[in-house]
Amino acid sequence: MRMTRRRALLGAAMSLTLLAAGCGSSDDGTDSTPAKTTVSDADVEAALQAGGNLTVWAWEPTLTKVVADFQIKYPKVKVNLIKNGSGNDQYTALQNAIKAGTGVPDVAQIEYYALSQFALSKAVTDLNTFGAKSLDGTFTPGPWSSVHAGDKIYGLPMDSGPMALFYNKEVFDKYGIAIPKTWEDYAAAAAKLHQANPKAWITSDSGDAGFTTSMIWQAGGRPYKVDGTTVSINFADPGTQKWTGLWQGLIDKKLLAPIPGWSDAWYKGLGDGTIASLVIGAWMPPNLESGVKAASGKWRVAPMPQWAAGEKVTSENGGSSLAVTEASQNKTLAYGFMKYATVAEGAQSRTDEGAFPATTAQINADAFKNKEFPYLGGQKANEVLAEAAANVAPGWSYLPFQVFANSVYNDSVGKAYTGGGTLQDGLKGWQDASTKYGQEQGFTIQ
Amino acid sequence: MVAAPTIRPAARRRPRPAAVRIRGRKSWTLTVLTTVMLIYTMLPLAWLVISATKTQDGLLSSFGLWFDGDFALLDNIGRVFTYQDGIYLRWLGNTVFYVVIGAGGATLLSALAGYGLAKFEFRGRRAVFAVILGAVAVPPTALAVPTFLLFAKAGITDTVWAVIIPSLMIPFSLYLMWVFARDAVPDEILESARVDGAGEFRIFFNLAVPLLSPGLVTALLFNIVVTWNNLFLPLIMLKDRQLYPITLGIYTWNQQAQTVGGDVVFNLVITGSLLAIVPLIAAFLLLQRYWQSGLAVGSVKQ
Amino acid sequence: MTRRSWIGWQFVAPFLAVFALVFLAPIAYSAYLSLYRTKLIGGTSFVGAQNYTKALHDPQFWSAVGRVSLFLIVQVPIMLLLALLIALAIDSGRLYGAAFFRISIFLPYAVPAVVATLMWGFMYGSQFGLIRNLNEWFGVTLPDPLAPNLVLAAIGNITTWEFVGYNMIILYAALRVVDPSLYEAAAIDGAGQFRIIRAIKLPALRGPLLITTMFSIIGSFQLFTEPVVLRTIAPNAILTYFTPNYYAWQLSVGGQQFNYSATVAVVMGLLTMLVAYLVQARAVRKAV
Repeated sequence: MRMTRRRALLGAAMSLTLLAAGCGSSDDGTDSTPAKTTVSDADVEAALQAGGNLTVWAWEPTLTKVVADFQIKYPKVKVNLIKNGSGNDQYTALQNAIKAGTGVPDVAQIEYYALSQFALSKAVTDLNTFGAKSLDGTFTPGPWSSVHAGDKIYGLPMDSGPMALFYNKEVFDKYGIAIPKTWEDYAAAAAKLHQANPKAWITSDSGDAGFTTSMIWQAGGRPYKVDGTTVSINFADPGTQKWTGLWQGLIDKKLLAPIPGWSDAWYKGLGDGTIASLVIGAWMPPNLESGVKAASGKWRVAPMPQWAAGEKVTSENGGSSLAVTEASQNKTLAYGFMKYATVAEGAQSRTDEGAFPATTAQINADAFKNKEFPYLGGQKANEVLAEAAANVAPGWSYLPFQVFANSVYNDSVGKAYTGGGTLQDGLKGWQDASTKYGQEQGFTIQ
Repeated sequence: MVAAPTIRPAARRRPRPAAVRIRGRKSWTLTVLTTVMLIYTMLPLAWLVISATKTQDGLLSSFGLWFDGDFALLDNIGRVFTYQDGIYLRWLGNTVFYVVIGAGGATLLSALAGYGLAKFEFRGRRAVFAVILGAVAVPPTALAVPTFLLFAKAGITDTVWAVIIPSLMIPFSLYLMWVFARDAVPDEILESARVDGAGEFRIFFNLAVPLLSPGLVTALLFNIVVTWNNLFLPLIMLKDRQLYPITLGIYTWNQQAQTVGGDVVFNLVITGSLLAIVPLIAAFLLLQRYWQSGLAVGSVKQ
Repeated sequence: MTRRSWIGWQFVAPFLAVFALVFLAPIAYSAYLSLYRTKLIGGTSFVGAQNYTKALHDPQFWSAVGRVSLFLIVQVPIMLLLALLIALAIDSGRLYGAAFFRISIFLPYAVPAVVATLMWGFMYGSQFGLIRNLNEWFGVTLPDPLAPNLVLAAIGNITTWEFVGYNMIILYAALRVVDPSLYEAAAIDGAGQFRIIRAIKLPALRGPLLITTMFSIIGSFQLFTEPVVLRTIAPNAILTYFTPNYYAWQLSVGGQQFNYSATVAVVMGLLTMLVAYLVQARAVRKAV
């Protein structure tokens, strides 16, 4: 105990010094020139052979196997994989550790929507130093652009969540509902289903920031514009209104199950036909398999409904990257691990374990596309999902303080679901709260 | 403790023997009315016990207050103890460790301090009260992040100390021990021991502690509950799952359902919760005699 | 300093040392933090009392304070009244199985707040919980306890459930040591049960009632675990500024506004002290 404690104190002192040293030069995030490549692939390989200790904070379950395999291949590297709870819990822990200047991991899993926030506060490092630019084309376009801020690259995509329509075929068949090709079809299906069975709904929604932004993304809305520290937020654009028009109709007619996502009731509803479909990221199948065992064989995947017949536009929902922290003492080694986990053997291993890949090699492999999902009634679901990945609409960006924005989403937009206003009003409230926060944090809001 | 205590003459009354209390007729009306209250308090516990016998599927598909077709209690218990390499047992062990050191330490510290405040007139005594009372009003969860930053600077986050040190401080325990020491330890005994030349700490451990024992058991039990229920400080302090206390562990199992790729184990959350409260309830039932008499002396002398 | 005084300090010192580490240091640090502001862009600067001015004009903060005040005014009296009635019933000697009632009603106190909230949360579910069962059985539509207008009451129910037995035990313990000769004297005077309660028992409970009120006030102002756990299933009813404590937590973990969060904590501490002081002063004046 004594020994570790002293070492920890020493470590704290050192990282505080580093923090202090780093402060002077990194106060504003406006500097936009990417770092030069100073570390070559050979250097990375040498670091992997030389070995060392790495701490990785990630909740992605498939990484457990990746870490084990990695340590067999590079026996001198010791990886300490810590699951810190998912999403916000981990960001909180990461922010606290960074603020305290101690206990910061070398590598952290960060969702795409949150990455720019960590990039801006210089919590994560620009991977151009390691020549990450050369990975152009390795990843599918959606995730690859999500880890960019200008020319800077702040993470390597780990998985991806192009959206698709997951539906309970048994329920659809029972009530004679065809797979909706357009949102218009979808709204009609919602009405038809609920009328036929008042205890069944086309889907559930009680307000979810990630879902909303993804839907606006597909509808062509681009409410966030970010240029360095200049930000504009506008939910009055036509794309957003397209989505709110559709969704408000569903809310008004009570065609959405008032069941919060990921709750016990939600899992139950997915199992017993109460919730007949989900528009959600391609990472969903393993969650259905583990959480909704009762409905094995009943679910299928179809392309996301479109705003105009014949289109093939999708958006990303969720998905996360791995990033090297600025506080890491062994960035080269950390990058080596990340590359292993996201590009090299790790990408294949994780795909085999059921993750939806962000790498073109895996996504285009025949074995991947031809994989039959017993849970989905033997459907070759990856054909649909891979196509969705190829059709992600470009040009979306999240706020550099999206973690905060998402955390207060339900404060204002939630009212639309409880009868206290419209979605458009709620989004306006959300916009105001985000604007206020952005201004307080020193951003220029236009 | 919050009130300026209106100290009555320290008549050290023993609680009445039960025989004296039984007088008058028993009342069915009163019993029925109180039973309504009893049902209210027992209903959720009944729900917990019944739900612990259900599978993950049965949990939501069957009526909450009655048993499902298959009786999965033993299976659930087995899975609670083996799930994730049997980490539940480790969490339980951690909690016991935190409780022994934390609640035990808190009881000792507050017994010493309560005795000191009750039996020694010293300069600054009032200031001590004022500061403690004031500090209790500041919500600890609101202090979580500053506490984390301070602990991080001391290098003790993610160690057992980050859980133990805060649990050493339970103001209610100090209040209890102070009132108790004031009433249960006669000054005359202390004076005669001093005349015999005994040291103050020897007097405390040899003379006062035996007199204080009902109060100590009471304070200990309440401190155990506080430590056992500790959630949000460990949540922010600990990264290493191997160090989690049981409540935090159960909380993470519950949150798992919210994680992409996470396992959905509400049945284990429920059975784990049930198993986690059994030791506490057992302690309260077994030590009933002590803590009730402890509270009797402790609470009345305002 | 006299020898006795020095020894007194020795007894109190270990407690105070830990107290300083666990309470005073973070409070002092919060007070220090509350004088600064850190921005994502622009770093940290000294702002004096600006955070406090902001808090005084922050509608979210005051809405949270209003909510816990309402909670305090409604839930605390109900809970304490229930606790008092049960304590009197058990102490009356007219109850069958009094010992069983006493321990059973107390037991929820041993249930961790997280577990208690999870349990009630499952039961509150109008889609799959007990509420749905009741609706189907009786063919009614009960209001959803997790709707925005009812969720505070739903939380009040949980805290009442958790603490009514605890408060009852404290009050009951005080009744146990009332001098029996007082009852005998009253009986000779021909006083009935209610007169005995009014003339003997309630005065004996004044101190314990004050204590339980104080702890309940502090507890209400610090309401946190229940809303946090319930938010997963009631995201639109429980706002991020539902209670002051929740707000302070959200400010630092959701928004990295450590400075303002510290300010809210300090202001809340002062407010709690003020209310506790007012209640106590009133109680003491009444007693005189």
